[in-house]
Amino acid sequence: MDTFVQQLINGLTIGAIYALIALGYTMVYGILRLINFAHGDIYMVGAFVGYFLAFQLGFATGPSLLGLSVVLVGSMIVAALVGMAIERFAYRPIRKYARMTTLITAIGVSLLIENLFVAKLGAAPRAFPQLLREQSYTLFGNAAISKSQILIFAVSVLLMVLLQWVIFKTKVGTAMRAVSFNLNSAKLMGINTDFIISFTFALGSALAAAAGVLTAQYNPQIDPLMGIITGLKAFVAAVLGGIGNIPGAVLGGLLIGIAETFVVGYGQNVGVPTTFRDAVAFAILILVLLFRPTGLLGSTVQEKV
Amino acid sequence: MKRLLLSLGLIASLLFAFACERKGGSGAGGNSGTIVVGYYGDLSGRTSNFGQSTKNGVEMAADEINKAGGISGRQIQILSEDDEGRPEKAATVVTKLIDQDRVVALLGEVASGNTLAAAPKAQAAKVPMISPSSTNPAVTQVGDYISRVCFIDPFQGAVMAKFAANTLKAKKAAIMLDFNSPYSRGLTEFFESSFNKLGGEIVDKQSYTQGDRDYKGQLTAIRSKNPDVIYVPGYYGEVGVIAKQAKQLDIKAPMLGGDGWDSVQLWDLGGDALNGDYISNHYSVDDPSPAIQKFVAAYKARYGNVPDALAALGYDAMKVLADSIQRAGTTEGPKLKDAIAATKDFVGVTGTISLDQSRNAVKPAVVLKLQDKKYIYVETIYPEGMTPPTSASPVAAAPASSPASATSPTAQAKKPATANVAPE
Repeated sequence: MDTFVQQLINGLTIGAIYALIALGYTMVYGILRLINFAHGDIYMVGAFVGYFLAFQLGFATGPSLLGLSVVLVGSMIVAALVGMAIERFAYRPIRKYARMTTLITAIGVSLLIENLFVAKLGAAPRAFPQLLREQSYTLFGNAAISKSQILIFAVSVLLMVLLQWVIFKTKVGTAMRAVSFNLNSAKLMGINTDFIISFTFALGSALAAAAGVLTAQYNPQIDPLMGIITGLKAFVAAVLGGIGNIPGAVLGGLLIGIAETFVVGYGQNVGVPTTFRDAVAFAILILVLLFRPTGLLGSTVQEKV
Repeated sequence: MKRLLLSLGLIASLLFAFACERKGGSGAGGNSGTIVVGYYGDLSGRTSNFGQSTKNGVEMAADEINKAGGISGRQIQILSEDDEGRPEKAATVVTKLIDQDRVVALLGEVASGNTLAAAPKAQAAKVPMISPSSTNPAVTQVGDYISRVCFIDPFQGAVMAKFAANTLKAKKAAIMLDFNSPYSRGLTEFFESSFNKLGGEIVDKQSYTQGDRDYKGQLTAIRSKNPDVIYVPGYYGEVGVIAKQAKQLDIKAPMLGGDGWDSVQLWDLGGDALNGDYISNHYSVDDPSPAIQKFVAAYKARYGNVPDALAALGYDAMKVLADSIQRAGTTEGPKLKDAIAATKDFVGVTGTISLDQSRNAVKPAVVLKLQDKKYIYVETIYPEGMTPPTSASPVAAAPASSPASATSPTAQAKKPATANVAPE
């Protein structure tokens, strides 16, 4: 029983990371009908910005709550700017062309970021400094939860609540929802759509950067290609929940995380090797596309952002 | 006109290719001129600490030889290539070193998977290759031009199994292996068979792949089986994280590993979580023998950090190659490979190197304990049929301060019955 609970905690931890990244995919899709494949790389950029901030500001020497907060918020701000820059220079000039053009551009941007980082920093993994004094708490029996896991849960819930508030309670959130209904009508109503789109990219990128820094506290190994697989799985999570649907992205992320952990933890008992952990997400993607293309929570009438 | 231009362009590029082909040709083969030696390793990929350390060792050895007048007056030149830790790239850069740079011999790689990809190229071109630290048995089975200056996995796996069963008195072991690495799979196989023969039981076997972000799923499964020890024959990058996540899960069983753990980055990733773990390795920097201390001091002065085992093996590989060229009196492939294979009782930093009929070095291994960013010497385990040198020997593998059991007759009697140095 405690093994099961432990696996559930493990699954929810990585699920929360996927959920944070999936939110960015789903928001951009809601507004532009664009799968921003460079989004996984923003997660990587966030982790690297955090890494350099920690060393530049002298927080790498020892764990401190101040250091962690500064690094987390700092990398979210930088990543938001990077996300806005990508939108401004790569996607906006070609927004009027066919959607396929933007999709191919997104893949190009993704490759550009990855290879730029490899060229500048090398592909060798780096060790992210420990910003949180690590400690484990026993829940019951053998089931333990570590401080970094609590941090991941707490910060991701906080950010999701904050996001919900921005979208439903603020003026800019109302504008985002209007743009997601119909971009042209929103423009005719006097909404500055360029600003709203830019804002959406900033929001999504900040969440991805938070995921990058949080995951680096859990697994300190960061490298320029870390965003590929994680980004793809987060994309699957967004599709599973219903792309364009915000609660769906969170649900999808958590489900993918749990599914992956259970394949690792219990797969061997039923003849599924551990190494199928990455395959399970894509098997889910195929099943979703076959049987419920709108995802678990997605439907054509539902409000989308 | 267009066709003319095209054919002119073609001719020009062909000429250029020929020009490149001949470059460095003068250094190849024969008995005079600079000796060009190729080094290939991972200088920018996931295991770049390995490649960089080995390169440092190789270059230091070459400089020492050159300063002392070279080999019969001929200077050594090292050409380095980066394979990014990818097998396919290793094969490409080795082909380049052979065809374009015309190297007389090759040194590399660390990871067995990469060496296995490159070795057939060297074998086909009849260019001798010495691997400093690839321990998978299959490496030298590629052909008679491939040799190495380190011990092999059947021995290394058996060393840890013996240490776990005899010294740590472990009954139940779990294994966590790197699924796609021949190194890790080899060690797993030999640890498992030796540990079983010694009366132990493997209670769980889990696998991961390089670059995974999370290992808690596997570790939770292992924890539920309550093993006494966990064998993790992987590379430092993943192992550091695995140790950290194991501690988060409150796993108290010590982790055991191999030479793949030895890197400064291990501590950046794992930190205190690594305390109390054990690894098998090629040598110990704390060994008081003058040969080792002289090497450690020279390396520190040159590069500013303590040499890991890979640097020491890179150094030894270059020295063995130089010694073989000296004995062969030529750098022609067929004669040189015979001279390398005939290496006997060569006194290196990592012990006395003699190559067996399969061109593998027969050497003892040391077991080191990890504590507060240091590798503390625990004991030396000798291969079957090899007697420990007396303490008077300049390269005594066991430091004087070591536990008496390491060199006592009882320890010799306990020599691993299963430690078979011949490739299986």
